[in-house]
Amino acid sequence: MADYPRIRRVGLSGLLVQFGDGMSEPANRAAIALRAAVDAQDWPEVRETSTSLVSTFVSADLVSTAPEALTEKLQELLHAQDWYNAPLPAGRTLWEIPTLYGTDEAPQLEEAAEAAGVSTQTAIEELSSARVRVLTIGFAPGQPYTGELPPHWNIPRQQALTKSVPAGALVVAIRQLIVFTNASPTGWRHVGQTAFRTFRPNNQTPIALTPGDEICFPSITAAEFARIKTADSSGDGGAQRRVLT
Amino acid sequence: MSALLEVLSCGPAVTVQDMGREGFLAQGLTRGGAADITALHEGAALLGQSTQLAALEMVGMGGSFRATADIRIALTGAPMAATLDDEPLTWNASHLMPAGATLKIGGARNGTYGYLHIGGGVDIPLMMGARSAHLSAGLGEALSAGSSLPLGKDKGNGTGMTLPVENRFEGGCIRVTTSMQTDLFDAETQARFSSTAFRRDARGNRMGVRMDHDGAPFTAAGQLTILSDVIVTGDIQITGDGAPFVLMCESQTTGGYPRIGTVLPSDLARVAQAPTGAALSFAFVDLEEARKIEQRAMTARAALGGSVTPLVRDPHDIRDLLSYQLISGAVSATSNPITSEE
Repeated sequence: MADYPRIRRVGLSGLLVQFGDGMSEPANRAAIALRAAVDAQDWPEVRETSTSLVSTFVSADLVSTAPEALTEKLQELLHAQDWYNAPLPAGRTLWEIPTLYGTDEAPQLEEAAEAAGVSTQTAIEELSSARVRVLTIGFAPGQPYTGELPPHWNIPRQQALTKSVPAGALVVAIRQLIVFTNASPTGWRHVGQTAFRTFRPNNQTPIALTPGDEICFPSITAAEFARIKTADSSGDGGAQRRVLT
Repeated sequence: MSALLEVLSCGPAVTVQDMGREGFLAQGLTRGGAADITALHEGAALLGQSTQLAALEMVGMGGSFRATADIRIALTGAPMAATLDDEPLTWNASHLMPAGATLKIGGARNGTYGYLHIGGGVDIPLMMGARSAHLSAGLGEALSAGSSLPLGKDKGNGTGMTLPVENRFEGGCIRVTTSMQTDLFDAETQARFSSTAFRRDARGNRMGVRMDHDGAPFTAAGQLTILSDVIVTGDIQITGDGAPFVLMCESQTTGGYPRIGTVLPSDLARVAQAPTGAALSFAFVDLEEARKIEQRAMTARAALGGSVTPLVRDPHDIRDLLSYQLISGAVSATSNPITSEE
């Protein structure tokens, strides 16, 4: 990774620190840790920060302030420590989100299992026992990209898009699982359905998940799923949570 | 009780918009806000009020509105046919709208996004720190007939003002700065991009606007294996079919399609406003030039209030001539003179 980390200018909107050109666990941790460090610096020209899979975006007003000074400050911060070995943030949450696999609610389970080279039953066992981490929140509000699944789940996106999966859909591709925020077209395969709402605009905390959080998707029956949908109006969809120490 | 604006009828895409929301990028929510930020500044200048107040954004066509009290309004952005109790109203101007009068705003004559500003602003409750609907995120909703909007207290006064407006409603040459993935496109592709005549495709909305062109598709090195990364408003992404797509205020926050450049903020309104079929081209400017252009645009926006002038009207066009105090001390003979509450 001789070329990384590297700093790129993003139009007039800020600077991007990239920790790699592909998904990797250390690069993801580095991006999350650097973001926290930049926030702690409280630099006046910085408006806000965010992370993608392996990069940290520092939104800054490059119209009023030329990018050189901020680039230097970021370089200094990058040299201050080995970001690829940075620990995960403290106070993360472990979520258990009940998930109905397959059935009419999630019609692409078999297809995804086949692509991963396992039986449908094995696919449910693997996906429902995997403990994945929120790698980034993006695309739509609160929408988590989680991973990584074992290597045989490195299945490609579909060539043709599925016209629409509903909110709460659990979809899989490239060793990652996503819970969709809103009904959307997608190339990822729809393997499970949750009643979890990743974005609750009217809540005190509209967005529940944070990068670094961990999630399990335990398998439930259609009857349990129906019960949760009617009983839990909080948006949690029957999810349990506890703080990781 | 605060005044209300009643929606008697309206087009399919009329929403409340303000400057949008900063600070939620990390949580997957782009800024949103008015598609034509300049229009918000113009409305604020015409009414002599804060640029932070919310207005109605009308895509392609407006609607019919009525207020429960005398209010001040201003019309900006894409010029639309507007009447007040069937008498024509001047666009890019402020007007008095008496209680009970019917304001009708029709289709856009040019451009795409028209704005109706109200003295005191539209005062719906804040959602995550702003009043803007962000429909792609599922925040807020489009207005429909029967909607009733609370209005803020109008601390200003005076109507019948106008201001000069730069034509940003017909496309044209859009200035672009390089961005983090520009160098994934070779020099030849970048040069061809700059010299290509594009047309605004019919596929366009607050999330993004597709550009149509004749000739070969544009491609980047390693196009299909690029890792998803941050998107900023104005990014020009090249989608699978090789057509550029300018990402607008309500885009997604991350994406895996390569970005060839980013539209300068002050030229973004021209992309948003370009009607279907309008001719557009893109020209790269270097960083220093881009910063100077934006600094000049900021200065111009700040000076808008000073360029507001009285609307000179032909007396033949003044619908309520009799209600004006033409001679100091004389009061019109018509009932319900409306000037007292301005």
